[in-house]
Amino acid sequence: MMRAILSAVTAVFLALPAFGAVEIQEVTSPSGIKAWLVEEHSIPFTALEIRFKGGASLDAPGKRGAIVLMMALLEEGAGDLDSQGFAEAREALAAEFGFDAYDDGVSVSAQFLTENRGEAVALLKQALTDPRFDQSAIDRVRAQVLSIIQSEEKDPGDIAGRTFDQLAFGDHPYATSRNGTLESVNALTRDDLLDAKARVMSRDRLYVSAVGDITPEALGALIDDLLGGLPATGAETPPPVAPELRGGITVVDYVSPQSVVVFGHAGIDRDDPDFFAAYLLNQALGGQGFAARLMDEVREKRGLTYGISTYLVPMDLAETWQGSFSSANEKVAEAIEVVHAEWARAAADGLTESELDAAKTYLTGSYPLRFDGNGRIADILVGMQTDHLPASYITDRNSYIEAVTLDDIKRVAKRLMRPENLRFVVVGQPVGLQDSD
Amino acid sequence: MFRFARNLALALALATPAVADQVTTFSLENGLDVVVIEDHRAPVVVHMVWYRAGAADEEPGVSGVAHFLEHLMFKGTDTVASGEFSKLVEANGGSDNAFTSWDYTGYFQRVAADRLELVMRLEADRMRNLKLTEDDWKTEREVIIEERNQRTDSDPGAIFGEQRRAAQYLNHRYGTPVIGWRHEMENLTRQDALDWYRLYYAPNNAVLVVAGDVTPDAVRALAETYYGVLAPSPGIAPRHRPQDPPQLAERRMSFADPRVSQPYITRGYLAPERNPGAQEKAAALTILADLLGGSGQTSVLARKLQFENHKAIYTSAYYDGTSLDPMTFNLAAAPADGVSLSEMEAALDDVIADFLETGVDPAQFARVKTRIRAEMIYSADNVNGLARRYGEALTSGLTVEDVQAWPAILDAVTEEDVMAAAREVFDRRHAVTGWMMRDENDEVMQ
Repeated sequence: MMRAILSAVTAVFLALPAFGAVEIQEVTSPSGIKAWLVEEHSIPFTALEIRFKGGASLDAPGKRGAIVLMMALLEEGAGDLDSQGFAEAREALAAEFGFDAYDDGVSVSAQFLTENRGEAVALLKQALTDPRFDQSAIDRVRAQVLSIIQSEEKDPGDIAGRTFDQLAFGDHPYATSRNGTLESVNALTRDDLLDAKARVMSRDRLYVSAVGDITPEALGALIDDLLGGLPATGAETPPPVAPELRGGITVVDYVSPQSVVVFGHAGIDRDDPDFFAAYLLNQALGGQGFAARLMDEVREKRGLTYGISTYLVPMDLAETWQGSFSSANEKVAEAIEVVHAEWARAAADGLTESELDAAKTYLTGSYPLRFDGNGRIADILVGMQTDHLPASYITDRNSYIEAVTLDDIKRVAKRLMRPENLRFVVVGQPVGLQDSD
Repeated sequence: MFRFARNLALALALATPAVADQVTTFSLENGLDVVVIEDHRAPVVVHMVWYRAGAADEEPGVSGVAHFLEHLMFKGTDTVASGEFSKLVEANGGSDNAFTSWDYTGYFQRVAADRLELVMRLEADRMRNLKLTEDDWKTEREVIIEERNQRTDSDPGAIFGEQRRAAQYLNHRYGTPVIGWRHEMENLTRQDALDWYRLYYAPNNAVLVVAGDVTPDAVRALAETYYGVLAPSPGIAPRHRPQDPPQLAERRMSFADPRVSQPYITRGYLAPERNPGAQEKAAALTILADLLGGSGQTSVLARKLQFENHKAIYTSAYYDGTSLDPMTFNLAAAPADGVSLSEMEAALDDVIADFLETGVDPAQFARVKTRIRAEMIYSADNVNGLARRYGEALTSGLTVEDVQAWPAILDAVTEEDVMAAAREVFDRRHAVTGWMMRDENDEVMQ
């Protein structure tokens, strides 16, 4: 049986200075599905990560929330098993299945023991290919989603994020919560869920990785069995959207001692040659850790917040550069002033040599620390594939960071940072701040 | 059609003490306890120091000082400038942070294995040599107040939780929030922080956990060099904290906040914790929580309240026995649209009464046991989680032997043990019931 099960196995040995060898094998199943594998036989289980690109942004017009609800229902009954029967079967195998939906993808994460791998995969296959979407399960899970939507409508952080998205993305799916609205979710039918599944779970959107106690031969057979029956194609991807953010302040009145702030403007594409310069710039300005300028200026020097961070958000269909923090209502105006001034300073002058060096050491040194468990590695590998990065990226990535110069930073800061375009969404009762529109 | 029943007796009787083999422990002469957990799959290491001092060890009037000091530990020492600690770790590609609970305060760094010496030198340095300038401590007090604004006062669920704990404990400091009461936080001083630091931050009150690509010999040599030279604190006394009197009257509370969208009820019963050499009752309670609330589909609460009578949209049961003093066993239920909180509470009480009457479903019991055994395999993949487990246990009154015996003790729990524990814990005279509401006028609590 083992003979020509694999049409191709390429092994890439990646030796990172700080992290031994991660040997990624590019496996192609007999039917042609590609997967990345890291064999790790010291613990008798396997982590399998499956992702379908597109995600909740593929919701059909008027059916916002269908893909989120559909993913939540995959573990609520399949084949001959109803919701409880399916859960009992999974528990008896001590397998873990996770189903999740994001704007740009839906994911299926599984962990199963070597000793009952075949049965665990057979059960997972039922969920992926023959979910029941029983009306009783739809109603029960729908009520949970509706409760989450109601909570989001009252949560200051969610209100801030959603307001920012509406300002940035207009009519695009990115402008609205992937969970949908009370109205759209209440109207969803079983047919809508079947359609949602067909839109997003197709082989042309599929990326797979596995890490653990499994051979390439076994993985090839497994993915064919598990995923070979899915339809070849799904829905069309919506068009890209350019964020329409203008500088200014949007205040949303909310009774709380503290204001939640989300701010940002347009960002940079993941594939842009300047991406790594922007990534370093963001790290030094507002990235993780205490070395960042904004953390120093807003928290350490002035005590205006518990934490502030900024992040590049390179989505598949739009790019933004955002940040967030919370400050007491009396302090938030000052905090915004500091952020604005720092943004302008960085746009004009870029970074200092020592800031750039510190950001480089941090990002290159922390990279290997991400690879700290089978499930985590599987997740990274599938993310690389959806970004169309080669397996060799793991070894090359730090050299891209090292190659960035101070001049690059200065040029990219001028190109991307637009203090005049920064939009601050403030949810709270800020003292001394006016809505600027 | 699948036949899964036979899997109930999985070959999982795995005496896979693989995890225990990874662990080495020893103590230094100055009293520092050391745990080394080996995982050589990647050249990465996590270095943690846990102090046997948490918010429940605070004196009255200075609530929040344990957590305040945790923040101030990132200020300078004689040899490291203020704020440099994290920058040095980050400049070496590492990440670091800290956490405070009622029973412990912990500090950790994750770095490449060849940077272990650096972080150990830094951590040992600040164990005894902290310096606090006027600017540093005052600004940091603003930061912790912002943290309270963000994490507690902006979140009605967090306020409700804080009030419930305060109602649960009449005398024990578990009733005081770790972050502190705002009016006391506003008055914390540099002296308060230093008093706390000088008393508790010492090798004879700490546990060092190093996990990852290291050998016990290498860790011992480094620990002798950096921690071995530190003087113990003479003031460390056994942790006999004020205990609660027996609870004789049921306590009930309600809280309304317009920011609440989903009302719910909670019930916390006082419950025993894991104790050294005596973890059996806590093990039974752990499995009881799993049976009642461990699954959104198959647990007792979900079955009855979400699938059968549709009164709830969400249910849970929670118990974590890793604690120095008695803990709580918690139930929660969020009612479906149109179900009142009093109806919800009555339905929850019916389920508990019915469970006490009919007992454990043997099939469900077997599945829970299977998961617990499988957890021994999955947990070997998460060395950070193992490190935390040891640190938490050893600062909550338990020993290394207790940690290593725990899986077998869980495995030995019988259905009868679970029912005996349930009958003991589910007594409303020892409970606090809380109603979380949107609006004062929603409903009147009985």
